[in-house]
Amino acid sequence: MPDVKIVNVTKKYGNVYALDNVTLTIHDKEYFSLLGPSGCGKTTLLRLIAGLIEPDSGEIYIGDRRVDKVPPEDRDIGFVFQTFALFPHMTAWGNVLYGPKVKNYNEKEAKIIGHEVLELVKLNERLNAYPSELSGGMMQRIAVARALAAGAKTLLLDEPLGQLDAKVRNEIRYEIRRMAKDLKLTAIHVTHDQSEAMSISDRIAVMKKGKIVQIGSPQELYIKPNSLFVAHFIGESNFLEGYITSSNGIAELELRGGFKAKALITGIKAGERIVLALRPEVCLMKKGLNPNENALLGKIEKVTFEGTFIRYEIHLENGDHFIINKPSLTEEWMNVGDDVTISYPIDKAHVFMNPEGGLTQEIAV
Amino acid sequence: MNTALGAISNSFSIGLIVAALDLLAGVPLAWLIARGKSRWLTVLDTLADLPFVVPTAALGYSLLLFWSSGGGISSFFGGSLISPGWLLVMLLHFTFSFPVVVRIMVGAMLDYKMEYERASRTLGAPPLTASRTVTFPIIKPSLIAAFSLAFARSLSETGATFIVAGAVFMNGPVFLQTLSNELKSGTITLATYQGATVFASIILIAVSLSIFALIRIIGQKIKLPFGHGLPSFEKKLSYKKAAWSRNSIALFVFVVIVLVPSLFVALPAFQAIASGTPLIQAFSGSGVWASFWQSLLLSYGLAGIVTVLGIMLGIPMAILLARKTFGKWPSAVLDSLINVPIIVPSIALGVSLKFFWQGISGMPDFLLLIFAHLAITYPYFVRSMSSAMERISVDMEEAAKTLGAKPFTVFKSIVLPLTKYSILSGAIIVFTRSVSETGATLAVTSHLQTAPVLIVNWVNSVRGVIAPIAGVNSLTVGLACGILILFSFMILLILRLLTRKGKM
Repeated sequence: MPDVKIVNVTKKYGNVYALDNVTLTIHDKEYFSLLGPSGCGKTTLLRLIAGLIEPDSGEIYIGDRRVDKVPPEDRDIGFVFQTFALFPHMTAWGNVLYGPKVKNYNEKEAKIIGHEVLELVKLNERLNAYPSELSGGMMQRIAVARALAAGAKTLLLDEPLGQLDAKVRNEIRYEIRRMAKDLKLTAIHVTHDQSEAMSISDRIAVMKKGKIVQIGSPQELYIKPNSLFVAHFIGESNFLEGYITSSNGIAELELRGGFKAKALITGIKAGERIVLALRPEVCLMKKGLNPNENALLGKIEKVTFEGTFIRYEIHLENGDHFIINKPSLTEEWMNVGDDVTISYPIDKAHVFMNPEGGLTQEIAV
Repeated sequence: MNTALGAISNSFSIGLIVAALDLLAGVPLAWLIARGKSRWLTVLDTLADLPFVVPTAALGYSLLLFWSSGGGISSFFGGSLISPGWLLVMLLHFTFSFPVVVRIMVGAMLDYKMEYERASRTLGAPPLTASRTVTFPIIKPSLIAAFSLAFARSLSETGATFIVAGAVFMNGPVFLQTLSNELKSGTITLATYQGATVFASIILIAVSLSIFALIRIIGQKIKLPFGHGLPSFEKKLSYKKAAWSRNSIALFVFVVIVLVPSLFVALPAFQAIASGTPLIQAFSGSGVWASFWQSLLLSYGLAGIVTVLGIMLGIPMAILLARKTFGKWPSAVLDSLINVPIIVPSIALGVSLKFFWQGISGMPDFLLLIFAHLAITYPYFVRSMSSAMERISVDMEEAAKTLGAKPFTVFKSIVLPLTKYSILSGAIIVFTRSVSETGATLAVTSHLQTAPVLIVNWVNSVRGVIAPIAGVNSLTVGLACGILILFSFMILLILRLLTRKGKM
């Protein structure tokens, strides 16, 4: 039952570092996601684990076995491709049985396994169809069944839901996690969709430009992002630039336009330029202008009804842009043009150093 | 009658064997070119095209020199290693169909999505098993196409086969040509000639069409079994050592059996350059060289006219086929009909054309030549153009129409720019095919000499098969072939450079 360990792995293409000295341990039976924007290296990392490409340096272990020089067919993995890669010249049944056949299972055993996995993905009726006759959702499930039928204990998924429409995506992602847990597999799931990663993973590694930025459970990443990038990439954040005026216990901040704010900070000195990050749903918004400490004043510019939430875009008096989400059915609605005062609980605010390259560049995907 | 049937069955058996051998030797080389990582492979890729571009008459003579005469490889073996006859014919056909197979298979493998093979590897298959169970079944249509085309070329080729067949061996086209010669020399009567020619041609055409239909149908049904237990065996053959030996053998076969013999004829050309005088003679057009340049002019002029006509007539047909204007079934029938001139041996085609137009007295030979070459090259252009058109989504044309464009404007502003490289490469295939065409030319006209026909005659003169032509010796033949190869190679180079910009 394997852990998967990646130690100091680097992969370059020309002068570009696809992976820059990455170290990571994925625990046995964990459902682990690699999350990040395009080009961050998550797919490269997955393919390195699979053996489809070789690292320039570093070591890869599956279980206790060092595998970086071992070809994919000997690594005992199952791989679900983004494009499914179902063999077009074989039926769904033929595809599913390919793994067992290649590993020399006898006919009876192979059939039993085939039916088992198809039962798991709930597709026992379309066995004799060719991939071209199946819908996207069905192809996806056959692809998963095929990877599982080969019997591997490590399941690698490369953006498995990318080709599916939204409703189907939301349903299937829970099924995949359920299967992995039922079969006690170690699963590594690559995605750029943060809500997908958050809803099914035990832990997530957020990646950017070949490096891992933060690893943690979905709750940790959401509640305690360690950087502007994570605060922006996971969920949504409002960013307000300013600097620290004093930092004794509860730090005092001065934001653009002279707004005063407070936050809990450790480790950043007075005078430092910072960025205050606030999630849209933690803030309180009241009608009217009430200049207080720790309050931001502004006017509602745009109201969008998004079903569960109403999204308010507020133009603050200091020129900053601010977003607040409020549940649509349990709170009083406000209108464009209303003056509002925004406040927030101090313990829900995050403060980060203002990066050298500037805020926009730092959070850019 | 018996001779006819014997010759025809020779044609078919050689065709099938050669096509199979071409696949066997060509696929590993195509694999190396498509999958390999070295920069030298582009050079290899271009070299693999050479035998296709050398006019078959020159190719035939080249092989004759290499394998049979004292100047070639035979010198190591004391005299003639492979004398003219069926083995030499097989080598010849193997050689000129080899590039066709390599070209088709390289294209197929480059288009092939590697993801399938990778999927199969992650499921536990070693590389050889992955290729056998996944890759080859998926590219099977291209294997069938390559086989068919190699077979078709073998059936059809006349000029070079005539050179290497020797006095005794005959295949279909050689038989027809021999008949024609016998008529000229008065050995047989016109009635016998006509009867025998018609008979042989009809059989050739009928059997060709049936075999092609068979190849298509059977080819699709062929399914190799999975082979329980094979994967563990294939594992041993999959990795570095096996790949290295496979590549070395493929390269060896290519260089020693295909490439060097094809270019061997140019050797005298280098000798000529070295000594200077024959070269000057050649380029000044003195003596026998006058007819050489004339024939070259005729060949290129004819090819030019045929190309322009081919484009003008081919584009409408390609549009009809690609857009299935007449409906699904009529278009499929039309599609198969278009294939006929490729399948049918060109000499048989030439014979039928001659008979067809015979009624019209005063039909100049030149016009007949144009019709014959047009008929033979037209399918290549239509094929190339219609597959390019099929790749253009109908959506684009519809978008243009909703914006107000009339049909001709749609064609000029959308279809033409997007298919211009296919038109270009189709045009160049037509051009080179026309320059190379021997069989139909011989059937259709007895006065006009295109370049390949001239070369065939010169070779026959040197070999004493016909009355000697003054001024023609092996040096002149070699030089003529060398010049022809050089020109053809330059055209190929231009084609490569022009179409490379179109690679998306």
